Amino acid sequence: MMSTVKVDTLGQQIIDRYQKGFPLSTTPFKDIANELGLEEQRVIDCVSSLQESEIVSRVGPVFNHEKAGASTLAAISVPEQLLNEVADQVNRFDEVNHNYAREHEYNLWFVVTATDEQHLERTLRAIQNTTGYAILNLPMEQAYHIDLGFKLNWS
Amino acid sequence: MNDSHSQLKSGNTFQPTGLDRKLIVATQEGLPLTSRPYLLLAEQLNITEDEVISRMQRMQDAGVIRRIAVVPDHYKLGYTLNGMTVWDVPDDMIKTLGQKLGSLEFVSHCYHRPRHLPDWPHNLFAMVHGRTQQEVDDHIQTIIELLGEHNNGHDVLFSKRILKKTGLRIKK
Repeated sequence: MMSTVKVDTLGQQIIDRYQKGFPLSTTPFKDIANELGLEEQRVIDCVSSLQESEIVSRVGPVFNHEKAGASTLAAISVPEQLLNEVADQVNRFDEVNHNYAREHEYNLWFVVTATDEQHLERTLRAIQNTTGYAILNLPMEQAYHIDLGFKLNWS
Repeated sequence: MNDSHSQLKSGNTFQPTGLDRKLIVATQEGLPLTSRPYLLLAEQLNITEDEVISRMQRMQDAGVIRRIAVVPDHYKLGYTLNGMTVWDVPDDMIKTLGQKLGSLEFVSHCYHRPRHLPDWPHNLFAMVHGRTQQEVDDHIQTIIELLGEHNNGHDVLFSKRILKKTGLRIKK
């Protein structure tokens, strides 16, 4: 197993408690401090250092792509030796915000987000034209659990 | 080429106003880590702190904002493996089964997505995370047992490499 970064107890506590429900109030850090029985500055310092060491990528709203516009999960099947080249072509589209190589016949999986359905459709067509590969288009029909973070095991 | 575009979901689209959009742009890379982050945003956008908070509340109520969070980098924390598990379950059971899978603590996303027969028979997606192969395998076994006879076939697509990852980027 790869070595993982160490996070102190306060850091763990803050991440566990605030993967959702970061206060939308005038003084969010003070609210957190009150809840944890600490000084506000201690919380700000802790979160700042977590962010500086890139353990926390950001503090803020997580947007729902589906509702902030239109999006879909798309996959293409590419010969392994062309994967990097095709991935680069796909990544050049600003509308692509996640792209993973996965072990499967469909080996390139990416999320396309656009301002509306027309824009999305146009973008998918453009990606197909650019790469020359057919897209498996898998838009979300229903969400049963939408990215509320997941339980971390700190051991 | 398959006729994928006809399957696009319609409706359910939120049209943020100009100011909402500015707020999205201003916050998508994170809030300033100061005592009054929403006040700082307000000053940046030339509106009041109250308005920032109430607009963000409205976007959250509308589901445009899923959550406001301290967002950890799972990779940094050792969660380097994610398995996209895909399942073929009876359509009339999908809601019940989807909710069961979605409530598992190691599942971060669980979605119903369309089949594309014959190439793609799967209609239920659950993203499973772990720090080791064993951890992920155990999670998959849990799902297999949970679905029981309703599992008509499944596959697990492990991430090999992240080729691009950015948060939502709405242009100014």
